[in-house]
Amino acid sequence: MSEQELLQWVRGPAFEAASVIFVIGVLVRLLQTVLLGRSKDLSEARGSEVIGGLRTIFTRSVKHNFQLSTFNLYTMVAGYIFHIGFFVVLLLYAPHILVIDQVMGVSWPSLPTTVVDAVTVVTIVSLLAILVHRLKHPVLRFLSRFQDYFVWVVTILPLITGYLAFHRIGASPPTLIAIHILSVELLMVVFPFTKLIHAFTLFMARYYNGAFAGRRGVES
Amino acid sequence: MANDQSIGEALRARGISRRGFLKFCAATASMMALPPSMVPGIARALEQARRPSVIWLSFQECTGCTESLTRSHSPTVEGLIFDTISLDYHHTLQAASGSAAEAARVTAMKENWGKYLLVVDGSVPVGNPGFSTIAGVSNMDMLLETAAGAAAIISVGSCAAFGGIPYAKPNPTGALPVSAFLSEYGKRIPNTFGADESGQTDPVDVTGKTVINVSGCPPIPVVITGVLAHFLTFDKLPELDDLGRPLAFYGKSIHDRCYRRPFYDKGLFANSFDDEGAKKGWCLYKLGCKGPTTYNACATTKWNGGTSFPIQSGHPCLGCSQPDFWDGGGFYNSLSTPTEKIARAAVFAAGAAAAVGVALGAANRAKQAHAAKQHEKVTINDLDKGT
Amino acid sequence: MKHMPDRQEIPSCPEPDSVATGNVLPLLYEVRHAVQDLLDNGSETVIDLRAIPLGPGEEERIAETLGRGEVQARLSALGPSEIIETRFPGVWMCTHHNEDGEIIGRFIEVCLVPSLLCSQHEDIRDGLQALDDRLQE
Repeated sequence: MSEQELLQWVRGPAFEAASVIFVIGVLVRLLQTVLLGRSKDLSEARGSEVIGGLRTIFTRSVKHNFQLSTFNLYTMVAGYIFHIGFFVVLLLYAPHILVIDQVMGVSWPSLPTTVVDAVTVVTIVSLLAILVHRLKHPVLRFLSRFQDYFVWVVTILPLITGYLAFHRIGASPPTLIAIHILSVELLMVVFPFTKLIHAFTLFMARYYNGAFAGRRGVES
Repeated sequence: MANDQSIGEALRARGISRRGFLKFCAATASMMALPPSMVPGIARALEQARRPSVIWLSFQECTGCTESLTRSHSPTVEGLIFDTISLDYHHTLQAASGSAAEAARVTAMKENWGKYLLVVDGSVPVGNPGFSTIAGVSNMDMLLETAAGAAAIISVGSCAAFGGIPYAKPNPTGALPVSAFLSEYGKRIPNTFGADESGQTDPVDVTGKTVINVSGCPPIPVVITGVLAHFLTFDKLPELDDLGRPLAFYGKSIHDRCYRRPFYDKGLFANSFDDEGAKKGWCLYKLGCKGPTTYNACATTKWNGGTSFPIQSGHPCLGCSQPDFWDGGGFYNSLSTPTEKIARAAVFAAGAAAAVGVALGAANRAKQAHAAKQHEKVTINDLDKGT
Repeated sequence: MKHMPDRQEIPSCPEPDSVATGNVLPLLYEVRHAVQDLLDNGSETVIDLRAIPLGPGEEERIAETLGRGEVQARLSALGPSEIIETRFPGVWMCTHHNEDGEIIGRFIEVCLVPSLLCSQHEDIRDGLQALDDRLQE
């Protein structure tokens, strides 16, 4: 297969298949969870469910009601840097916005490519820091299973391949772009079936915890 | 076909003064992307170089490459270099035709065996030799017998270099680029014209001969003559990249030399051909520019004597010097965007997911209800049973 | 019959945003260093303007900055060439055209006098021959 044929396949049928799997996977998991419902709470409500639920969605993102130790400070900082960096690279880089524009018809202004380049490096470093933490901390290492490392690899691959494609290192440009898109397709395909689904379920999970506590009239 | 004249002598014979010759060398050095300090060396080399015989074969091509090269009415540097070679055979440009023309080719080959330059434009059809013939000789045969005695082979244009437009899907003629054709068919070529004094004609293996790919649709004229000039001056082939193209002209991508690059980096793009961004000269990436993946000299050397190039004139780069650029998913689609209708597929997927999700949800609820029904209440008596 | 817009009615294109490759200033510094070398040890430098990527208008800016000095020479060999000393002595601008008027080379030469302005030995020999022929008549 020539490199042009590979690129055509990757951005054509392969991307379509990955998108379909992604959409079906995410929706099925969300629907399954919601349709299962919750068991009826027969006690008398002492506070508001809804307000408690909605509040918790936001309070869980900031330091709230827990002691700061080095452990969770490290996790919080690295986690924030990674997530913010990842979204900046994904959503504020002009060629990515172009893909979103083509698929969904919406676009927005982009950041200068040099800035996105720097943010990519920072994000990759934060991911490495997260892995080091997982390997060195005895409790984390004990708890970690294959899926944890697999998901880490699948997340860092688009960042690394994207960086290589932008700087055109290691192979011809069409091949580098094809490998980058392939790594993204891998991420899309495993997304709904691994813990990466937290991107969508976190809102439901936080709401549930907040609603549960809110109904009892306690802070969450 | 006076090949005994040196190039210096040939130019003087045309009434060109030494001063004119030095101006010619300065412009040639500039054209070959060589530093001005090399001009005296180039002058010395060209003064003494013999006029090489050049045989130009045209196969499945549109003649655009020849047109590009000969776009001049009066001596330009390109034209002069072209005149300093002894163009012994060229379908479009030669006055002779038919058997006289073929005889000219054969004579040139015999007299200059092992020393002539073979220039090819157009791809070679192998699906059926009869698809493209010259004087009854198929392209395949003509290329093989001429390649046998060539000192160097230059594929001019994307068709000869990478297959070009005939090679694009579905490639109905079985077109092959020159290099691919020679490595597949060039193992044992009968040595018809290069017989030595004893009459020995061992078959020739041309699979090892370097083929210089001067790609582009068409190539920039100075690139074609720059390669010829390099060969004349240094008597060897220029440094080539991994696709066989001269590094001097194809070493940098359009993207890296484009004057609109600051707009790309700042995220200022034209969204259509007549919007504000386009009028202000912003980056054409969104309109399908293949600049980032295309290697050629258009952004620096430009066209028509340095006048302009497609991006400067407001049109995105087609990527015409890269392999398979015709099958790149469309000239007005960026190279990294999806080619299928993703939104439509996603909507269908959502529909399917809804159905599956509801079904699975119902199944889960049924399982839950079943488990609730199966639930047996445990009393203290049951626990006592064990003891 | 359709009304054709007056020349004044046709909207004019907004000026394209100026693009700076950032190569103008470094180039002028290179010229400055070359002039210093010329003064210090007589070494000559030739800069090929075509070898540097310049945005539209930048080549003109360089020519404007260097300006015109006391000497303007016109060469007619294989088309016209213009060799001028800029307003900075020792810095010469050589623009070569072919007979179609297209630019085939543009150089900044930092030297006492560009070599192309000097008469060439081969041409002198030919000229001597022609002078002899003329004197014989």
